[in-house]
Amino acid sequence: MSAGAPGPARPSLVDLAVGDVVGTRTLEVDRSRLVRYAGASGDFNLIHWNDRVAREVGLPGVIAHGMWTMGAAVSLVADWAGDPGAVVDYGVRFTRPVPVPDPGAAVVEVTGTVGALDAEAGTARIDLTVTCDGARVLGKAQAVVRLG
Amino acid sequence: MGVNLTYAGREYPANDPYEVGRERIRDFADAVGAAHGAHRDVGVARSLGYPDVIAPPTFAVVVAQRAEQQLIADPDAGIDFSRVVHAEERFTHHRPIRAGDSLVTVLHVDSITERAGLAMVTTRAEIAAADGAPVATVVSTLAVRGESA
Repeated sequence: MSAGAPGPARPSLVDLAVGDVVGTRTLEVDRSRLVRYAGASGDFNLIHWNDRVAREVGLPGVIAHGMWTMGAAVSLVADWAGDPGAVVDYGVRFTRPVPVPDPGAAVVEVTGTVGALDAEAGTARIDLTVTCDGARVLGKAQAVVRLG
Repeated sequence: MGVNLTYAGREYPANDPYEVGRERIRDFADAVGAAHGAHRDVGVARSLGYPDVIAPPTFAVVVAQRAEQQLIADPDAGIDFSRVVHAEERFTHHRPIRAGDSLVTVLHVDSITERAGLAMVTTRAEIAAADGAPVATVVSTLAVRGESA
């Protein structure tokens, strides 16, 4: 999907069925991405940039902000909907940390599937499967999208 | 000292307004890889019916976390941030946050429960525009490990 343009025709509720896959995406996250997110979000918790502190609290090393993973994963839904403002509800559980190596990057896989349709409200619930190294890092990740 | 269970049910007074700027929205969109033009280009945002660029869905955390500091930074609340893990987060958008918004947040401590040395602290940030219209509700749950856990 291109930036700077409204994108192609927006999906319509009547064309959707529960179980449809609306898209997949592979996200890469490295240390510089975490520094950028820390600055943009104001979340300067040391476990997201300082290996020593991360190990002191029992982590294998620096981990991604759960909020980065949550925010990056939902772009799949926003782009598919054609309007980020159409995401009216979005919730997740943080089930497992995403360790971010240095050098290198962690790879996060995202799949969006239609979980429920509500014709009366004009909304679709998109369930996100978000994994790193084959393990789910977000649980019950659900975004409700208002569609035309 | 553990988490102070008596803080459950607390409601804080509205905090100082958070002024939402276009550049902050663009920076946040870049950081989470939100590529849609509505975060950067006023023309694209207007074509979708918004008066200015809109924030990505999770931007509300920036506004909410500032309000949550009222609880977390309060020594009497007993929340040791080095023992905190983010457990759950949920955003309900009454309308998208947009550049030019002046947002006021009222923080509620919805519940604090403790079991087997783990305290679960759930807060709710009610974010409203300058005119009082609701903009977003952010519910956040933190898990706080006790000294022995």
